[in-house]
Amino acid sequence: MSTEPAISARQLRKSYGDRLVLDGIDLSVPQGTVFSLLGPNGAGKTTAVKILSTLVAADAGELRVAGHDLAVDAQAVRARIGVTGQFSAVDGLITGEENMLLMADLHHLPKREGRRVAAELLARFGLTDAAKKPASTYSGGMKRRLDIAMTLVGDPRIIFLDEPTTGLDPRARHTMWQIIRDLVTGGVTVFLTTQYLEEADELADRIAVLHEGRIVAEGSTEELKRLIPGGHIRLRFTDPAAYRSAAGALTEAVRNDELLALQLPSDGSQRELRSVLDQLDAEGIEADELTVHTPDLDDVFFALTDSSHQTDRTTEALR
Amino acid sequence: MSTLSLAVRDSSTMLRRNLLHARRYPSMTLNLLLTPVMLLLLFVYVFGGAMSGGTGRSAYVAFLLPGILLMTIGSTTIGTAVSVSTDMTEGIVARFRTMAIHRGSVLFGHVVGSVLQCLMSVVLVGAVGVAIGFRSHDASVLEWLAAFGLVALFALALTWIAIGMGMASPNPEGASNSAMPLILLPLISSAFVPLHSMPGWFQPIARYQPFTPGIETLRGLLLGSEIGDNWWIALAWCAALTVLGHRWAKAQYDRDPR
Repeated sequence: MSTEPAISARQLRKSYGDRLVLDGIDLSVPQGTVFSLLGPNGAGKTTAVKILSTLVAADAGELRVAGHDLAVDAQAVRARIGVTGQFSAVDGLITGEENMLLMADLHHLPKREGRRVAAELLARFGLTDAAKKPASTYSGGMKRRLDIAMTLVGDPRIIFLDEPTTGLDPRARHTMWQIIRDLVTGGVTVFLTTQYLEEADELADRIAVLHEGRIVAEGSTEELKRLIPGGHIRLRFTDPAAYRSAAGALTEAVRNDELLALQLPSDGSQRELRSVLDQLDAEGIEADELTVHTPDLDDVFFALTDSSHQTDRTTEALR
Repeated sequence: MSTLSLAVRDSSTMLRRNLLHARRYPSMTLNLLLTPVMLLLLFVYVFGGAMSGGTGRSAYVAFLLPGILLMTIGSTTIGTAVSVSTDMTEGIVARFRTMAIHRGSVLFGHVVGSVLQCLMSVVLVGAVGVAIGFRSHDASVLEWLAAFGLVALFALALTWIAIGMGMASPNPEGASNSAMPLILLPLISSAFVPLHSMPGWFQPIARYQPFTPGIETLRGLLLGSEIGDNWWIALAWCAALTVLGHRWAKAQYDRDPR
């Protein structure tokens, strides 16, 4: 087994007309790992997947997938990858089983083997009962499972999943996560895009945050969380007088006069919390609301992508 | 696997898929047959007396059927435009593009599937025509074969144009609208009334549009009327529309999707 990355990109660029979508991104995904491209809508995630999965040509960049240069031998790459796009790529007019057999035929499997693989995958994704029904009658979660099952017919070693859980209910989302974990256990490399931080946190070995066509941060979940300042304690008051005296007592706090809220940096430890409470008690001030906030990927995401979002979010949390 | 056998195998897989669609949803195909069959019955039984000018109903059925058959092809290929557009707007073609399959097989499946459907439809509508009294005037086997060949070439030509229209349309509804000329053109051809009954300024338009030469050639082959230069104009139209439609469809298919 070679140690070449399953997917690598150097200075990948793409624009549509005069709109620059990907502005020179670099990434490298080791074999058998889950890589997540995280970003808001319109960040360029789908374009990156379309390019790396041979659907769209890049304007520039050195791209290698499964050991082949995309610009030289796209067909060899296609033989080794599986793609599940954002919109279900199933044929709604025919049944789930017929969709699977269509894939088996296109992978040139012998008839008997095609039937076996189709039946196995339908069973694995809980679609055996619905196998004879037209795919257009499936629920969103079932369509997505059929989509992935179709992708797996050719036993691809690298799988691209473009927002695989967008629009799914929580149960279907957890089912999908389990499917992805099982794939990785089988040694498959997964390239996942998502706008859900929780999803990247759950599944990915490495995460890259894509914002306006650039990768603004990359690392493991832990590494990304270390990128931004730690958590804080938030105090909110209804009485302006209490707010003013608290602000006077806690000099290190960041004030929000409009919301009558104070924000103090904190690691969330008991000792720090107690010292804040002691200071307030000593002044005879009572806060109406106290929340302890520990950093999560959301903070990283908002800190890295858009500063205006952070204000919105803080406002929302304080309401 | 060699490139050729790969192409053949993938193309036949795609053809099977398209025929499966047609078999699973016969209502779509039958709906499209409704227009030509209704026009046939309407013109024969309701307007027939006025249209035939006293030559009798069976003479008018004979006059009318060749045009109705070519109209049937136009109508069937509207379904092709819609199904191509459906394919392109749903994710399935994107999936095909990321697989190691013969690239042209997707279009090939549509083309052959559509031509076969056209031939089936023509046979069905032809059977209705025979049932209400159409008889050929002693056409030889060779003339029947030539008529069948012309129908097949006409189906191929309109199929490629319809595929181009399907790909150019943003959605299936748009495809259905932009393919409307394929059944409207026969209305301004010699399908229903003879050319000499039309206003003089309009006759050249009706005379040289794609349907009229085809209709006149079919009449000649099946009814023994004068064909004249219609046969080669019809073949030229078929060739031109096929090449044009093929180029148009392929250029759109090869373009990177957004």
